Formats: sequence, structure tokens, C-alpha cells
Amino acid sequence: MSEQTQHHIQLAEESLAKQSTTLNLGPTHPATHGVFQNIMEIDGERVLSTEPTIGYIHRAFEKIAERRPYYQVTPLTDRLNYCSAPINNMGWHMTIEKLLGIKTPKRVDYMRVIIMELARIADHLICNSVVAVDTGALTGFTYVFQWRELIYEIYEEVCGSRLTTNIGRVGGFERNFTQAAWDKINKFMEGFPKVMREFEALLNRNRIFMERCIGAGPISAERALNYSFTGPNLRAAGVDYDLRVAQPYSSYEDFDFKIPVGTTGDVYDRYMVRNDEIWESYKIIEQALVKIAKLEQEDPTQKDVFYAPESDHYHLPAKQDVYTKMEALIFHFKMVMGEIDVLPGEVYHGVEGANGEVGYYLISDGGRTPYRLHFRRPCFIYYQAYPEIVSGGLLSDAIITLSSLNVIAGELDA
Amino acid sequence: MALTNEILKQKLSDKFGEQLTEWDEQYGLLTVRMPAEANLKVMQHLYDAEAFQFLTDLTAIHYPERTGEELCVVYHLHNLVENIRLRLKVYVPVEKPDVYTATKVFSGANWMERETYDNLGINFVGHPNLTRILNVDEMDYFPLRKEYQMEDPTRTDKDDEMFGRGGSI
Repeated sequence: MSEQTQHHIQLAEESLAKQSTTLNLGPTHPATHGVFQNIMEIDGERVLSTEPTIGYIHRAFEKIAERRPYYQVTPLTDRLNYCSAPINNMGWHMTIEKLLGIKTPKRVDYMRVIIMELARIADHLICNSVVAVDTGALTGFTYVFQWRELIYEIYEEVCGSRLTTNIGRVGGFERNFTQAAWDKINKFMEGFPKVMREFEALLNRNRIFMERCIGAGPISAERALNYSFTGPNLRAAGVDYDLRVAQPYSSYEDFDFKIPVGTTGDVYDRYMVRNDEIWESYKIIEQALVKIAKLEQEDPTQKDVFYAPESDHYHLPAKQDVYTKMEALIFHFKMVMGEIDVLPGEVYHGVEGANGEVGYYLISDGGRTPYRLHFRRPCFIYYQAYPEIVSGGLLSDAIITLSSLNVIAGELDA
Repeated sequence: MALTNEILKQKLSDKFGEQLTEWDEQYGLLTVRMPAEANLKVMQHLYDAEAFQFLTDLTAIHYPERTGEELCVVYHLHNLVENIRLRLKVYVPVEKPDVYTATKVFSGANWMERETYDNLGINFVGHPNLTRILNVDEMDYFPLRKEYQMEDPTRTDKDDEMFGRGGSI
């Protein structure tokens, strides 16, 4: 009879003496909705402490960006928050426009607003329906995702891709919105409110959902500010800081909308703030459509405006011109090679992403690539408060806190 | 009276005098350099007296050609009451990159400083847990410093000239 080797699990010395349990949540776990790890100490159902580990999908974007011409950085920004990539893309374009001093026409601003607000709706839909899934309500998730799908189809009509969009160019868009894109936007505007109201009816005043979420994972306004929270998570704690209002960009000052705020900063408040923001975004898109129609009515030539005229040197010419006209071919070649004139300077530009303030700190030395580019990623900054929020609470509350904070692994790791 | 860049500059100059140098206002954002040993004093004053209670961003830049002050730590502060931003800079030599941690003032600085340490090797003195956060723990260099080039150094067809910078950095 052959001797069998017996394998023993090597336990640390102190692990036998301690009364609490170590629970390893992640890196890949259905409840984390992304690749990051939490090593939790739990006593029964209570979380004593947690140690978050991140960096599993770190792709060194800041280093890569130092060797990419400006237009090639755009696809990197997609991959930060892939749930609302267009906002990141446009934030980056606006950063370069700020550096170059390009003023975009109103129609471009409004078109951008439409796309950014659609992206915000898509992102909030994911977050809120995932909170519902983690509390046990799968139905709403499958229902609203059809409409998120329609938003992705709109992106597809505008730029050709869905998730990582690479949408728009410096100065505007790569091409005008097609009729199909407008039709799909209108289809969305017609059909979405009904679905959204049904989604609300499922959850907002649902006794089980409320019992589950109210009081779970709260954070006070002072702590949230001290932790540099931004976006819906900060507003849920009761601070009405929204960059679209505080420092408007892309003509947000022309729009009439409210900033929803919560009081306790718990899961339910975060859910409700996002829920109300979806409606505000819907209102903004409605207004933007009216404004664009008005612009076109006053001046029919506006229909062809989809990028800033002074950004000609940064905007790829139309493909048919590249094949037929000498100048267009030269410009195309120069731009693709990254031979565009960028001023030396340093600029910070922040936009209100779906999760908070997405900031681009760009230092240009006049070269073809950024000398240094730093992304302010809201997830990365607010996720560090997670141990403080969940300590002392229940393990199940820790899970829904994680999903209601909307931690996106791509944004966490850059 | 609303706080403007001019008023803020005046107030800070009155308080700190010669310590604050290199005033700049690119794209409307007031920028100032402070000495490395006074960074906490300035930020605490801004926090208490001027309501700059929000740390938007913290990062660093490597300027290899600036001998003796190669690394620059950049703070973006935001006064949410008056809605005004301020950029603070600290320069430290690459041989001794010591900067006092801002975690005592801003809890949010914790991970931002860890990221900056991880990428550029700034030693934040007094930080509760200054370890690598994004890169692997075994890494023994700071990748965002300029001496680490992205491209394979043996390749000659892709040098810095390709990126408009003539010659190697």
C-alpha cells in the first residue's frame, strides 16, 4: 500500500486563537461587480474591519498616455469608467479644447450634452438595477437593460461602437448625427419614462427594499467631503456639489435642472439620488432637443455644424476628401502622425461624470504627446472610505454598500 | 464679497509672504509654489481660514532637467463655498523626495498619496500606510519617472523625436 501524503492547510499562528473569521471577498466574486478584493474580518454577521486590495486591472494609462498623440489618448479614457465612456471621452476633448482655446458652437455643445446625459442615464441604470439585484430583485435589472441597450445603439449610430466608444473628436464630433441616430434618440425619449416609472414602482416604495437599504452603509456629509467624495455619493450625503452647475462646461448653464440631494448618505439615499438624476438627465435631453431644433429653425445651415470651425487643424477631414483633395490628404496625414501644434501649458479640467468629478490634469510641453497626464478618478478616491463605511455593519449591508457606491474596477485602477 | 484669485493671492501673500513663490494663473486657476517644509502649514491655514476643505486631486510630476527639484507634488484644492480652485506645488529633489503627508487634513489624501508614491516615489512623511497600491509589491522602481521609457530601449526607429521632443529625454 502506497503511503499517501496528507495535505494540511497552513494556518497562521494567530488565526487559531482569534475569535473572528477572515472572509476573502474577491478578486473575482459576483458581489464585487469588478476585479478587486476585500479581506474582511467578520464576527458572525458583523464586519469588524476590511482591507481593500486594488490594482488587479492596472494598465498604467498615465504612462501610456505619455507616448500617445492627443487623439490616441481618447480610447484610454473609455476604459476608465466603461459604463459611461462618452462622458470621459468628452471630458478629455474639452480638456484639449481648453488648452488650445477652442470655443465649440452651441449645437456641438447640445449634441454633447445629449450624449453625456444618455451616458449618465445608462450608468445610473446599471448601478441602481445592480443594487436591486444585490437585494434580491432581479426583474428590474432585466427590464431596464433593454433601454440601456437602446442607449448603446444610439452610441453606435453616432460613433460606431458601443461600450468603449471613442466618441467625438477635439472640437466636436467625427461626423454629424445621422437621421437614424435622431430617430433612436426620439424613440428613447418616448418609451423610456414608462419603463422608468415601472422600475420605480418596483423599488422606490417597496417595503422589503426600503427595510433593506435604509440605514445601510451611511456616511455623513463631513466625512464624505473629507474623503473627497464627488457625484451622487456626495450628494446623497447632502452636499449639493455638481460640476455641471458649479463650473458649467459644454453650455450646461443653458439648461434648467435640479440637483437631487439626500440626507443620510446611506444606500437608499444613494439609490434615490441616482434615480432622481435619471429624471433630471431626461429633462436635460428634452431641453437639448428643443434647443437644437430652435437653432436649426433659425438658421438651416446649423444642421451641418458638428465641430468647431477653428478646430480644423485638429479634426480629421471627411474620408472622401482625403481621397480626392490634396490639402485634406496632407492634414489627415499630419494629424494621424500627431504633428499638430499644441501649446505648452498646464490645465485641469473636471467634468461631472456619472460617479463624480472626472478630472484631467494635463501638462503639455508643446510635444505631440502629453508631458504628464493625470486622471482624477472619482471611484479611486471614494472607495478608500469603504472600510470606514462598512465597519460595524452587517456583511450583507457591506455588499449592497459596495454596489450602491458604484465602484467600477476600470476607474479604480486606471 | 466673493473670493477672487486676486483677493486670495493678496490674503495668502500677507500671511505667508516670501514663502509662496511662482504665482501663476493659467486658464484661470491660481497656482502657487510653496516650500516643502511648509506645505502642511499652508494647507491647514487654507482649510481653517479660507474654507479650502476639499482636496480634488493630488499627484506628482517628474522633471528630470530641473536639478535639485526634480519632483513636483501638485495639490488641487477646492473651496466649495466660494467655488474657487487653487493649485499648490511643492518641489523636492529626487534623491530625498520627502513631503509631509496631507492625510491629517484630508482623509481622502490617503490613497492619492499612496498612488503618487507608487508611481513616482514621493516619500510622504507621516503617512499611515505608505505602500504600493496599483503596482505589484515586488516592484523596485517608480514607473512614472521619466527615465523609464515606454518603448523598448533597443529600438532606434521609435525615439523621442517621433514625439516632437528631439533626442532622448
